[in-house]
Amino acid sequence: MAHDHHDHDHDHEQEPPSDIALRVKALESLLIEKGLVDPAALDAIVDHYEHKVGPRNGARVVAKAWSDQAYLERLRADATAAIAELGFTGRQGEHMIAVENTPTTHNLVVCTLCSCYPWPVLGLPPVWYKSAPYRARAVIDPRGVLADFGTELPDDVEVSVWDSTAEVRYLVIPERPAGTEGLSEAELADLVTRDGMIGTARL
Amino acid sequence: MNGVHDMGGMHGMGPITPEPEGIAFHHAWEGRVHALNLASPTRGNIDAGRHKIERMPPADYLRMSYYEKWLARVEQLLLEAGYITADELASGRAAPGAPKSTPFRPAASVHAALTSPYSYVRDVPPAAFAVGDRVRARVMNPPGHTRLPRYVRGRVGVIDRLHGGHVFPDRHAHGHGEDPHHLYCVRFEARELWGPEAPARDSVRLDLWEPYLERA
Repeated sequence: MAHDHHDHDHDHEQEPPSDIALRVKALESLLIEKGLVDPAALDAIVDHYEHKVGPRNGARVVAKAWSDQAYLERLRADATAAIAELGFTGRQGEHMIAVENTPTTHNLVVCTLCSCYPWPVLGLPPVWYKSAPYRARAVIDPRGVLADFGTELPDDVEVSVWDSTAEVRYLVIPERPAGTEGLSEAELADLVTRDGMIGTARL
Repeated sequence: MNGVHDMGGMHGMGPITPEPEGIAFHHAWEGRVHALNLASPTRGNIDAGRHKIERMPPADYLRMSYYEKWLARVEQLLLEAGYITADELASGRAAPGAPKSTPFRPAASVHAALTSPYSYVRDVPPAAFAVGDRVRARVMNPPGHTRLPRYVRGRVGVIDRLHGGHVFPDRHAHGHGEDPHHLYCVRFEARELWGPEAPARDSVRLDLWEPYLERA
């Protein structure tokens, strides 16, 4: 299985396998031997989440919403359909809603009960999104969470937190940065970050 | 259930550790666990899957990483359903003479399974509440699966949006069918949830099913 190398410590190819890696390997071998799983299906699923979905998808949605008023209107009316126009559909993106940041409202998305996250547009969530500190604090101290990400908000900006308790998934549309009038959609998409679309950062 | 998974508003969970984007899996085994869960013949409904994780011993839930929990879940489901035995799991080898199955999720079906549009919306009778109505989240403590977090129970909010009828997790997780009910986005002021120290303008919205709500 090929892996892209990112700018972080990818320790799984240099070091001996951990106990849990061996446990997973044993389970996978057993299920393949018994004909219960297709190894090519496992490879295809991993490939999908490593290469086919990720926050660059969501960035395209945001950049199009900034650039194309008609698209923004469709996104407001039916975000699931508007996002599907770009080919982003499926598991954990069944019912999408786009929430727009404004000069007076900042949106922040969390799932306090598990780790619900819009996979087709943002990919799989970062570890912190799935972990207790974020899930516990985002609803009671969102401004403190934002500060941890280096994001300070004026007191007169409303912080609007969305706790994803059902099968509806929220995508934050950040404010378009000033001075970007001449940029193409592709150039705009490069400005959009994953954390901006979760709401822990402003662009 | 009033489990440790219901963590909204808890203190003392430690610092948040930001990470760069572009990392789907931090270890190769995590990707295999993700794939094994999706390809396993034990693949059940999403609500039952969440409840399986919630029922882990609380100390394990807090100690284990996300994908350690997913691994424990798929192992348990495979054992419970009789697809594998404890001896096979321990050895990683099929018992002599074990029958050979046909994969539940062949490679050719993966793309459609991951990307096909799906809807949890169902036909239901007319909604009891309209946008702008004041509602109270019921005080209830069901021992089974629920998506009504403790931090909103008994609190008053305002209906912000109607999502239509949605599959009801409290019943669906327990094999009682989809039992759809209206789903509402409900806006609670931060001060209603957390007291007068909370910022006046801030708010929290949750998606809550009609059986969770009463008129306020």
